[in-house]
Amino acid sequence: MLKRKDLLGLKDITAEEMEEILSTAVQMRKILDQNVKKTPHLQGKSVTTLFYENSTRTRTSFETAAKIMGANTTSISAQTSSVTKGETLIDTGKNLDALLTDVIIMRHSMSGAPHLLAKNVKASVINAGDGMNEHPTQALLDIYTMKEKFGDIKGLKVVIAGDVKHSRVARSNIWGLRKLGAEVTVCAPKTLLPAGIEETDVSVSTDLDDCIAGANVVMGLRLQLERQQAGLFPSAAEYNAYYGLNAARLDKADGDAILMHPGPVNRGLEIGSDIADCEQSYILRQVTNGVAVRMAVLFLLTRAKQQ
Amino acid sequence: MSLLIKNGMVVCGDETVDADVYAEGSKIVKIGANLDCAADNVIDASGKIVMPGFVDMHCHLREPGQEYKEDIASGSAAALRGGFTSVACMPNTVPPIDNAALVKYVLTRAAEVDRAKVYPIGCITKHQQGKEIAEMGFMKENGAVAFSDDGRPVENANIMRLALEYASGLKTLIISHSEDKQLAADGVVNEGLNSTVSGLKGITRAAEECMVSRDVILAETLGARIHIAHVSTRGSVEIIRQAKARGVAVTCETCPHYFSATDDEILNYNTNSKINPPLRLQSDVEAIIEGLRDGTIDAIATDHAPHHADEKNLEFNLAPFGTSGFETAFSLAYTNLVETDIIDIAALSKLMSANPAKILGIGSGEIKEGERADIVVIDPEKSYTVDSSKFVSKGKNSLFNGWKLKGAVEYVIVDGMQKEIKNYDR
Repeated sequence: MLKRKDLLGLKDITAEEMEEILSTAVQMRKILDQNVKKTPHLQGKSVTTLFYENSTRTRTSFETAAKIMGANTTSISAQTSSVTKGETLIDTGKNLDALLTDVIIMRHSMSGAPHLLAKNVKASVINAGDGMNEHPTQALLDIYTMKEKFGDIKGLKVVIAGDVKHSRVARSNIWGLRKLGAEVTVCAPKTLLPAGIEETDVSVSTDLDDCIAGANVVMGLRLQLERQQAGLFPSAAEYNAYYGLNAARLDKADGDAILMHPGPVNRGLEIGSDIADCEQSYILRQVTNGVAVRMAVLFLLTRAKQQ
Repeated sequence: MSLLIKNGMVVCGDETVDADVYAEGSKIVKIGANLDCAADNVIDASGKIVMPGFVDMHCHLREPGQEYKEDIASGSAAALRGGFTSVACMPNTVPPIDNAALVKYVLTRAAEVDRAKVYPIGCITKHQQGKEIAEMGFMKENGAVAFSDDGRPVENANIMRLALEYASGLKTLIISHSEDKQLAADGVVNEGLNSTVSGLKGITRAAEECMVSRDVILAETLGARIHIAHVSTRGSVEIIRQAKARGVAVTCETCPHYFSATDDEILNYNTNSKINPPLRLQSDVEAIIEGLRDGTIDAIATDHAPHHADEKNLEFNLAPFGTSGFETAFSLAYTNLVETDIIDIAALSKLMSANPAKILGIGSGEIKEGERADIVVIDPEKSYTVDSSKFVSKGKNSLFNGWKLKGAVEYVIVDGMQKEIKNYDR
């Protein structure tokens, strides 16, 4: 049974803990499908989103999850908080503790920031994305979506294509999917692959047409156009030609394959509009499932603390 | 004043001898078995090792300008506690030590506080800007023992070439902080599997090795001397090994953390493991140890980099680079190099005393008759757990906090005078 205070990443949780979150999420998903979307799981709890980076999807998803479960929610953005006055992360966290916050959901541009916060506060900390490190609830909702479609993760062929080097979504998926027995391939130009990735137990490819063959899940990643100025790829056109997901490429995957993307999507760069909205695209389903997964995480962490 | 250290195992050059050491005033007068001398101060060193005081050719005392991190009083006291009787401090203070007046200031302060001897290193370029060479002649005349823009590389190869040429005419030493900033690209840890696992931005080893290569080639072309600071990679060791074989006048140092720890330390985002150059891989640790064993690496320096707790208690990316180093250096070297039978105590002594003293040209660094009586007495059997909160240094930022180490500094003598050092157990 999940007994931890914080959810910081999938790197350091067990397959059993992941399974518990996923099976709880199945129950939560049922609540979302009801006519009246309300449950008292988090009544009397205070949940704060503390975002040092912009986000629409993740923040709204967490807030929706918390509100459906009856929590009091507060949201803090770095731009409008005392952070701009020079307050340290630890001081901000201790103040949230003093405000009797039960859960802090944090996004931060620096890897390890949630770990620093978690060590210094009594509240549960949920990592909603830290630098290039992890985005555990995104990977959990991705895995939930795969499970929903295929039943079992074990043996599933998952291709993650795009800017793996800078992607916390890719990392969390790699750690989570490998623990559950999926076969993971990452695909990108060498300049967008992280150092030492070949030393992990994922397959590494620079040829999308080759590695996409027979895949069950094709996951695209967002590519920031600033990476071009930094010299990591020559042009949007060349990137799209070699690494863009399109109908022709998706055809090479397994006939029953699904297309996923954590959003926000760059249409015409990493993913073509011809497939972004096709039947195989699970991109919006991921978003709905995200609410259920976050409800499960919020519930399990607050329950763990009560005991 | 006279001093007699009795019954110790004395490190004399390549050998260790069971002997007494007798000093009068600031000089060692006699070394021999069962010396029959009356002395004002007698130290019983039975079961202990008597070594030349350690010489640290690379540390940061932070004064002037950053006294909240460390100052000359606290830093030179921490040095003594670590067994260092002489330390050479880097000039990246605020303002940087790039003129004779500041060199004099450091020497004056060090004389006032009268702890470890302090030898200032001056900047290579004015304000460490890498644009115009600083007044090395005036600084040398006033006591600077070497020149470095440590903390920053001299990025412009032509300026480095001119600095090496100018310094060689002054018969002084340039110390290179070898880092290609473009390649390092704002990284914070070693680039490799662990940078990927932690999501922290990596620094390629090429950032160090390209600069080591450049500076070795410049020195070779000009026939000038160069010293490479804080060598951390297998590649750098190999470049220097080959250069030495060709007869290039290159020397180099490494630091205890590069032979004691790997980048596994960064995985829990411990900001005390954020060091520049970064902690590397086990294969690098092994290459550094081999370099120490075969003489490619000349010296062990601390790169003592004290910081305030408030600065280290931040997000990993925001915390400054560096670990406090004075008070763990000897024990780390003894535990990891001598206890493991990689080198003997006489070889360690050379790395920590005679070699750096010779590279800097400051004399001492050996126990012999007529030499300055800078001496440490070591208890080789003492095991202890590092508690950085008890450090004499203001910098409690030790990567080694909580580590179990062996070999402890018991007595420290500077110029024949026994110095009081803190007892951590009390």
